Amino acid sequence: MITKRIIPCLDIRDGRVVKGVNFKNIKDIDDPIELAAFYNNSGADELVFYDITASFEGRKLFTGILSEVASRVFIPLTVGGNIKSVEDFDHVLKAGADKVSVNSGAIKNPTLIAEAAKKYGNQCVVLSMDVARVDGKYRIFAKGGREDTGIDALDWAMRGEQNGAGELVLNSIDTDGVRKGFDLEMLEEIGRRVSIPLIASGGAGKKEDFKTLFELDCVDAGLAAGIFHSKELIISDLKKYLKENGVPVRI
Amino acid sequence: MVAIIDYGVGNLFSISRSFEFIGEKCVVTNDCKVISSASHIVLPGVGAFGDAMKKLTAAGLIPTLDECVSNGIPFLGVCLGMQLLYEKSYEYGTHDGLGYLKGEIYPIQPDLVDMNISLKIPHMGWNSLKILDKNNCLMRNTKEGEYVYFVHSFYAKNCSESIVATTEYGVEVPAVTACGNVFGCQFHPEKSGKCGLGILSAFAELS
Repeated sequence: MITKRIIPCLDIRDGRVVKGVNFKNIKDIDDPIELAAFYNNSGADELVFYDITASFEGRKLFTGILSEVASRVFIPLTVGGNIKSVEDFDHVLKAGADKVSVNSGAIKNPTLIAEAAKKYGNQCVVLSMDVARVDGKYRIFAKGGREDTGIDALDWAMRGEQNGAGELVLNSIDTDGVRKGFDLEMLEEIGRRVSIPLIASGGAGKKEDFKTLFELDCVDAGLAAGIFHSKELIISDLKKYLKENGVPVRI
Repeated sequence: MVAIIDYGVGNLFSISRSFEFIGEKCVVTNDCKVISSASHIVLPGVGAFGDAMKKLTAAGLIPTLDECVSNGIPFLGVCLGMQLLYEKSYEYGTHDGLGYLKGEIYPIQPDLVDMNISLKIPHMGWNSLKILDKNNCLMRNTKEGEYVYFVHSFYAKNCSESIVATTEYGVEVPAVTACGNVFGCQFHPEKSGKCGLGILSAFAELS
């Protein structure tokens, strides 16, 4: 039976794992290679790395870290952060990524998803969406959640699938870092409209939040950062709990 | 020396790193001489079947691969590389495969629709193995029910002779296949944690 996936997300800045709340107040957390190994050993199903470095030097450091992780940890690795072109795909795939997550890049360059899917296959292209409620509608935000693009999130998700995205990450800005549970309402609205795997992100605060999340059939994976980084919730314990509660997970 | 065939399809970083990790020497190559002198051959691949066959043909690799297979060199196809081992594929048209194993490649979706099963395509994620041929040498490090990582939308059919292990995704999906010195994994052993590394070790230990 196919299992529900648990995915820790590592935001990397200047070679270190960092974490913010509501996309702000960024704090230093850990060494990425050590943290990746820790997650692999505790049963993470995949790892996501977001490169939030701005400088060229920082970017070189990032691909070095990525290669080192990919040489030691043999589970799927997704990389995102400032992916703007097919060349950017090429760059991180050669450094050891298996999938590439696009966000603002897909907003600026409407053909990026289709081009990348044609070149590397749909399975390689992950559309990551930062979504918040504005006047009762779901809107796509760009630039790390700072800029309202005015794009309707439901349309955007469907368009992404049509263009060849193989997976969708839905980050709810409204619940990110608040730890009061995933944004079930938003997930269901979007999940109803797509048939590619859906990864939920933003708001995990306790193990019960994942159980509630996976009661939604349309959700295939749960992604979190803070609650795993702080070691308040260890993935092996979370999976044991989920299994006891009838959620199919890989143990 | 394990030769990993480079024909411009897919990401070879992880598969070569995983052989290195288990202490096996490997080389990523499209050189027929290097391939002919290898102790083991791995045919990776992601993307479309027709494209991949065209690239293998254009690179002039097929006669060398045929020869290695008939010389009994252990040969492992991974993901699309496994599908290429079969006779034919119906992925966007009809395409001939390498024909080392009996069977054909079909899309999963229409079979799910026929059975009124609603599951997402691609079949993506960790799924468990049901081992049918427990004595197969590729499975020596693998236990019943272990999880491996799949990403695919097509699967092998009419291939009962070569099935070693399956996984369930609405339909029975052949996951590990074998016939003589030819082996295939529909999943990505290089992305399947310890279980995947165990399968690659079992392959590398074949002589």
